Amino acid sequence: MRPVLAVLRKDLRLELRTFETLPAMVLFSVSTFVIFHFALARSTISGQLAAGVLTVTLLFAALLGSGRLFVAEREQGGFDAFLLAPVDRTSLLLAKAAAMFLFLAVLEVVAVPAFALLLLGPSLGPRLPGLIAVLALADLALAVIGTLVSAIAIHTRARDMISPIIGLPLLLPALIATARAAAVVLAPHAAGTPPGRWLLILALYDVVFALLSYAVFDFLLED
Amino acid sequence: MDPAIELRGLTRRFGERAALKNVTVAVPPGATLAVLGRNGAGKSTLLRILATLLRPHAGEVSVLGQSLPRQAHAVRPKVGLLSHEPLLYRDLSGRENLRYHAQLHRVAPERVEQLLEAVGMGHRADDPVRSLSRGLVQRVAVCRAVLHDPEVLLLDEPRANLDPAAVELIEPLIGRGNGHTRVLTSHDPRSALDDADLVLGLSDGMAAFVQSPGEVTSEQLRELYE
Repeated sequence: MRPVLAVLRKDLRLELRTFETLPAMVLFSVSTFVIFHFALARSTISGQLAAGVLTVTLLFAALLGSGRLFVAEREQGGFDAFLLAPVDRTSLLLAKAAAMFLFLAVLEVVAVPAFALLLLGPSLGPRLPGLIAVLALADLALAVIGTLVSAIAIHTRARDMISPIIGLPLLLPALIATARAAAVVLAPHAAGTPPGRWLLILALYDVVFALLSYAVFDFLLED
Repeated sequence: MDPAIELRGLTRRFGERAALKNVTVAVPPGATLAVLGRNGAGKSTLLRILATLLRPHAGEVSVLGQSLPRQAHAVRPKVGLLSHEPLLYRDLSGRENLRYHAQLHRVAPERVEQLLEAVGMGHRADDPVRSLSRGLVQRVAVCRAVLHDPEVLLLDEPRANLDPAAVELIEPLIGRGNGHTRVLTSHDPRSALDDADLVLGLSDGMAAFVQSPGEVTSEQLRELYE
C-alpha cells in the first residue's frame, strides 16, 4: 500500500497546486446543466430524463478528467521514474483510480446540487442517500475504466480520441445500470430507494473490470 | 570475477531502425564504461535497456548477475539512472520530488535531507522545480538517481548544465572511486576518457571499438564523430 499512497498523495498535491483537472470537470458539468436547462425548454425534469442528463454529463466530465490522469507522468518523466522503482506496477493503477474516484466525488459535491437547482423537479433531500449509493458505484466504474483507457491512450499519438473511442463502449453496461437505477431514485413520488437489481449489476461490473484492469495493467506499462 | 554488466550481441530496434546492433561488452565491478558516439548513435538506448526501461530485442543482457528483462525486478533497486530528462515533477519542489521517490524506494526521509545538503540545494529545496535553473534541476536529478544508493550508476551526460562548483559538489555522489559500477555517456570524449576504465565507441548502433582509454586514438575519435 505504501507506493499506492505515495503516488496518490503526489497526484493530489499536484492537482491542488495546478488545478488543471477538477475545475475543468466542474465547469464542464455545470455549463452542461445550464445548456440543458435552456435547451430542453422545461423548468424541471425527473425520472428517466433526469437520470439520463445527470449520467451522461458526469460521464463526459469523467472522460475529461481521465484524459489528464497520466499527462504529468508522460510529459515530466513520471512513468520512467515510477518504472525505475522496485514497486508493483499495479500500484500505479490503484493510485490513479483512487485519485479519479476522489475527483469524481468532489465533482459531484458541486455538480449534483447544481443539477438539482437548475433541472431537477423532485426534491433532492430524501433522494440523496439513494443517489449517493448509485453514484458511488458508477464512480468506481468510471475511475477504473477511465484509468485503464487513459493508460492505453497516453502511449498513442491520437490519445484525445482513443479515450472516448475505447472508453464509451466499455462503459456502456455501467451507464445503462446507472441511468436505470438513478431513474427510479429521481422519479416523482418515488421513495428514493435505488432498485437492488441495478445496484448489483453495477457492483458486479465494478468487480469484474477492477480485476480485469489489475490483470492487464502491468502489460500496458511494458515497453 | 564475474562482470557487473555484460552485453552479448545486444540488439534493439525502433520499428525498422536498429538503434543498437549486436553490441558486446563486459564491465567489471566498480569499473566505469564510457559510451561515446554522435547524437542518435544508441547511447541513451543502451542506458535505458540497462535501467530496465527498454527490452532488448536480441542478445543477452545481465546486470549484477541478473538477466534482463526476465529479472528486471531484482535489478531495479540496484541501478540509478540519471537521464537527459530529470524525471522530476515541475510543479513539486525538489524536496517533495525526492520524498516521493524516497517513499517508492523505501528510503528514509533523512537521506533526502543529506543529499540536498550535499549538493548545496538546502536553501532552494522548497522551490518548485519549474522555477529552478537547469543546473539546479540537474543537482536534484543527481540526488534522485543516487537516493537509494544503487550499485550501478547509469549516467547520461551527468555534468550537463553544471558549473565547475556544482560538478565538484556532485562528484562524491556519482564520481569515480566510490565503488559504483558506472556507465556514462558524454559528448566530450576527452573528459569521458579521463573518467573511464573502458570505452565503447558506438557508430549507428554498432560497436566501433571497445578498449581501454589509453588505447583510444585521435583517429578513432575523429571517425566516431564524423
